[in-house]
Amino acid sequence: MKKLSKSTRSNFITYGIVVAAFIVMQILSSGGKLSSSLSGQLIPICVYISLAISLNLTVGILGELSLGHAGFMSVGAFTGVVVSMSLQSSIASDPIRLLLAMIVGAVIAAIAGIIVGVPVLRLRGDYLAIVTLAFGEIIKNILNNLYVGVDGSGLHFSVTDTAALGMDGGMVLINGPMGASGVNKIATFTAGFILILVTLFVVLNLINSRTGRAIMAIRDNRIAAESVGLNITKYKLLAFVISAALAGAAGALYATNYSTIMPKKFDFNTSILILVFVVLGGMGNIRGGMIAAAILTVLPEVLRAMNDYRMLIYAIVLILVMLFTNNEKAVQIRKNITGKIVGVFRKKQPEGGAEE
Amino acid sequence: MSFLSNLINGISLGSVYAIIALGYTMVYGIAKMLNFAHGDVIMVGAYICYCAMSYLNLPPVVGVLMAMVVCTLLGMLIERLAYKPLRSAPSLAVLITAIGVSYFLQNAALLIWKSDPKVFTSVVNLPALKLFDGELVISSVAIVTVLACVVIMVALTLFTGKTKMGKSMRAVSEDKGAAQLMGIDVNRTISLTFAIGSGLAAVAGVLLCSAYPTLMPTTGSMPGIKAFTAAVFGGIGSIPGAMLGGILLGIIEIFSKAYISTQFSDAIVFGVLIVVLLIKPTGLLGKKISEKV
Repeated sequence: MKKLSKSTRSNFITYGIVVAAFIVMQILSSGGKLSSSLSGQLIPICVYISLAISLNLTVGILGELSLGHAGFMSVGAFTGVVVSMSLQSSIASDPIRLLLAMIVGAVIAAIAGIIVGVPVLRLRGDYLAIVTLAFGEIIKNILNNLYVGVDGSGLHFSVTDTAALGMDGGMVLINGPMGASGVNKIATFTAGFILILVTLFVVLNLINSRTGRAIMAIRDNRIAAESVGLNITKYKLLAFVISAALAGAAGALYATNYSTIMPKKFDFNTSILILVFVVLGGMGNIRGGMIAAAILTVLPEVLRAMNDYRMLIYAIVLILVMLFTNNEKAVQIRKNITGKIVGVFRKKQPEGGAEE
Repeated sequence: MSFLSNLINGISLGSVYAIIALGYTMVYGIAKMLNFAHGDVIMVGAYICYCAMSYLNLPPVVGVLMAMVVCTLLGMLIERLAYKPLRSAPSLAVLITAIGVSYFLQNAALLIWKSDPKVFTSVVNLPALKLFDGELVISSVAIVTVLACVVIMVALTLFTGKTKMGKSMRAVSEDKGAAQLMGIDVNRTISLTFAIGSGLAAVAGVLLCSAYPTLMPTTGSMPGIKAFTAAVFGGIGSIPGAMLGGILLGIIEIFSKAYISTQFSDAIVFGVLIVVLLIKPTGLLGKKISEKV
């Protein structure tokens, strides 16, 4: 039998963890073992995990800091809401509508990704980061003033108020800063699970392809990559747009999980939250980011007993984890301890791990 | 006449942005980090001044001084506890830590001062200036803000240009290793930078809340992001750049509110930033970075 390569094996482990976690959660929730607050978090956890994977593509694999990921998420979210609500009468099946909402959400977010990516990717480093932040704020600002309605003659758009929609009868879908209300909650945990698998499949296959290697070559040394003939703009834009599209799909799932969804939910803080998952899990480490996303989404729920202090504790935990994983001395101490523990079980430890 | 009054409002708001942006740009220049907690130091400064004036009935000047002292100490403490251990860590790790500090400050403020907005009484109690038979009214806060901004600008320019400490700050931002070899205490210089930046943040917080009197634990975040944008706009790391960027941003914001659209003013401000960065990728007064192979 052909031996699996190291990366393929690692990918199968990642898929395995996701499938196992899904089965465990299904068994627990069908047995009624999950607390209501935790089972309410299942879909958001799936959404944040796929967001963490997609942002990892931009930050970890492409190596460009993006502070506007929530912008693409919100584009997907509101597109998804419009699609699912306007098709309510024509398509009865919830799963099909959800699928359509997510696909259209991903496509529109990808278009937004192209519009943002073309100018942004010309810049470098912190300047690129600040422009993604600016685009995130612009998207939020536009959605805050977007009014969408549907009636017999189709969709109506306006940027002033609901009266300017000029509808006869029909229904207002997005009401400016109030967002969308009365959304059908068609998102399911299974859909979230499938979303994670699809996102993983896209990102992991991209990383292990010729294109992925080109993207990582650009990250590691742009000039060298350019001089061997790689089209920098093309590969950068490709990674950026795929990342945006995946965020859009996740956003559509997120929006259809709530009955009311407002544009201010997708602000700078949400972008930062996703970035925290990626950095905490280890940049470029897909599995790490997924685990960090799951833990950090559940953490505030677990800390609920602390009431007012929970977000304070969350902040302290975040700072301490960053200090512990990045301070030179702390890293040294940690290595010594794990070295000793491993040494007890194993006589000889192979030198040089995967970590840099 | 409305044009002139909009212009003055813009310069006044821009002066606040400029003072905040100075904190960002100095810290970036010297420690190469984006200090996202800076916006929340502004909020703490405003709260301290509010408490001194409302609860202790101290005169406004004492309130401002107290806010400056507390924020200076807070800035140094944050640097010592959260950023110094990460001096050699990757910049993204420091960025996330700064965000952690920002969450911490916001939530600590939420616990201490609760979420209900406080009404900040202006620290400037002078009558407004009326020109052209009362057609042009300039509020005293606006005048004080612009004056404070000019004073700070001149003082900082003299400080970094003439004093030994200021020169050591410039040396550290130029080349940390070489500065250390010349006998400059790098850690102390970085600490000093945080102290100055945070002290200025307190002034900015008080001035901001004097003009826009609602005070909440999240008061600092949006001006923080705007000022950060202003710092990048002018060329991050450059002190005159932060000043120019801040004032231009303020003018653009007020003008787009007055003449184009109130709702879309944020989008316009950030849109202008993007256009400027596309034409001049390192900001208005930023240094060109040449790449070596």
